[in-house]
Amino acid sequence: MNPRRPSRLALRDRLLASSGPQERFISDEATRVAVRGLPSTVVLPPGSDPASGRSVLLAADTQLTCALALIELDGVARRIVICPPDLADDHLPAVLESGDIDLILSSGSLPRSLGRPLLRLSRSPQSGVPKRSDDPLATEWVLFTSGTTGGEPKMVVHTLDSLSSHLPSGPLAGPGPVWSTFYDIRRYGGMQVFLRACLGGGSLILSSASEPSAAFLARAGLCGVSHILGTPSHWRRAIMTGQAHAIRPSYVRLSGEVADQAILTRLQQLYPDAIVAHAFASTEAGVGFEVRDGLEGFPADLVGNSGVGTAIAIVDGSLRLRSGASAAGYLNRNPKSFLDDGGFVDTGDLVELRGDRYHFTGRKEGLINVGGNKVYPEEIEAIINQHPDVVISRVKGRRNPITGSVVTADVVPRPVFLSCRAGTAPVDALSGQVRLRHEILDFCRAKLSAYKVPATVTFVDSIALSPAGKLVRSIA
Amino acid sequence: MTLRMTIFETIQQVAAELGKPQPPLREDLHLADSGLDSLGLAVVVARLEDRLGVDPFSRLVDGAFPMTLGDFVQLYESATP
Repeated sequence: MNPRRPSRLALRDRLLASSGPQERFISDEATRVAVRGLPSTVVLPPGSDPASGRSVLLAADTQLTCALALIELDGVARRIVICPPDLADDHLPAVLESGDIDLILSSGSLPRSLGRPLLRLSRSPQSGVPKRSDDPLATEWVLFTSGTTGGEPKMVVHTLDSLSSHLPSGPLAGPGPVWSTFYDIRRYGGMQVFLRACLGGGSLILSSASEPSAAFLARAGLCGVSHILGTPSHWRRAIMTGQAHAIRPSYVRLSGEVADQAILTRLQQLYPDAIVAHAFASTEAGVGFEVRDGLEGFPADLVGNSGVGTAIAIVDGSLRLRSGASAAGYLNRNPKSFLDDGGFVDTGDLVELRGDRYHFTGRKEGLINVGGNKVYPEEIEAIINQHPDVVISRVKGRRNPITGSVVTADVVPRPVFLSCRAGTAPVDALSGQVRLRHEILDFCRAKLSAYKVPATVTFVDSIALSPAGKLVRSIA
Repeated sequence: MTLRMTIFETIQQVAAELGKPQPPLREDLHLADSGLDSLGLAVVVARLEDRLGVDPFSRLVDGAFPMTLGDFVQLYESATP
C-alpha cells in the first residue's frame, strides 16, 4: 500500500533529463515557455507546499496552465484528477467524492462552496522554485473518458508509467520533434502528445480554446510543427479551413475515430513526405497499435500477435486489447469492470475481416437497425467520404414507421456546392446539389446493400464535433 | 405543386433510384403494387418528412395503415395544414 518507490523519477526530472535542443518550448497562442527555464517556473502558489501528498483536482482553464501544473505536481501529489475543459459543474460534487479530493487547484471559474480547500493557479508562469522531492510519489493520474453521453463521466486511473510505457524511448536522431495536436491535453488523446513531447526531447504547441482552426494551423506552421495528431474529424475540418498547407509535418497521426481510406489518402496527398499513421487508442485500453501503411483497417496478422507489448484479440466481432498501457481501473466503479478474464479491454469497436485485413465497421453502441438489418454509420460514411466532392459526412439513424429506422446522411460538400444559402441559391448551385446528391446515392448503391443506402442526403455547411474532436453521434 | 403531385413525384423518384418497375400511379393502386418494397416506402416517408416537415405515420392509430395510394395521399393531406 506504500506508494513510494525510490527508483521512480517524477515527470519534471524525466522531462529535463530527456535530450533535446536548447530551444525546446511549450507554447500556446499567448505564451511560450522555455523548457530549460522550468526549474525556476511555477504556476502553483509559490513558496508553499500545499499539494504534497494530496489528492488534487486540477481545473486549469488553459492547456498550457494544465501542462505546467502537471509538471509541478507529478511526484508531489498523491493523485491528480485532470478536469477536461467541458466538465459540467453538476458533476463536480461526485467527482470530488470519487476522487477523495482534498485540494482544488483552479485557474478558471468554479462554483463556490465546493467544501474543499481551493487555491488559484497562476494563468501565466511565475518565477519561483517548484517543490521537488528526492523520493517522488507514484502519483495517480486520473483522466475522464470522452465517449459517454449524459450520466456521470467515468474517471480512469493511470500513472505516469501506464500513460507513457509504450512511448518510444531513447535518444532521437536529428533535432527534437515539435509536437502539436488538435486534441486537448486534458483528455487521453492529447495527454499522449504532451507526454511524448515531454519525455522524448521535443517541444509542444498547444491550441487555445478561442483560436480558429485556420489560425492554429498557421501558428503551428510558423513554430515548425513536425509531429501532429488529431481525430479524422479534426483533420477533415483542418482541410476545410484551406490552411492545411500552412504546416509541413513529417508525421501525421489519426486516432479516436475510424480513419477511412479517403482521409488517409487526402492527408498523404497533402503531405507527400510525411508518415500518415492511424492508431487505435482508448482512455481505458491505452494505445493499442499504429498502422503506417496508408491503408484503412489493419493487417489480420496483428491479431494474436503480442508484438510491442500489445495483444490484440477479436471476440464476437469486436476488438479487444491488452497492453501495459491499460489503465488500473475506474475510480468511480468496480476497478476491474473493463477487463475480461484474460486482462483484455473490450474497446467496443467492431471489425470485419476482408481478405487479409480487418476493417473497422463501427461502434457497438452506434448500431442502426433498418428493418432488422444492422447498419453501422461509419461504414457508410467511409463510402460517402470517397466521393471527390465530399468533405465530410455524418450518417445517423432516423426512426421510421415502415422499417423502424432508416439511414440518413448529412454531407458537407466542397464549398462550390454551398456558394449560396438555401432559398437564394441560383439555379446552377441548386442543380449542382441535385446532381451531387444523385451521384452520392449512386455511389452508395454500387457499394452497399440497399438498406445501407441513405434514404436522404442533406447538404450542410458544417458538422458538429464534440469537445474531444469526434463526430457528435446522438443515439437515435 | 400540389401535395398529391409531390407524393407521386417522390414515389417515382425512389422507384427509379431503386430500379423498380413503375406502374402508372393511380389513387386506387395498392401500395404493394406501386413498385416499392418496404424499404422503398420507408425512403419515401423519410423524404416526404424532409419536404413537408411531417411524418403522419407517427400519429397513426393501429390498423389505419394506408392500403392504396389514395389512402396514402389522404393520410398526408390530413396531417398537413
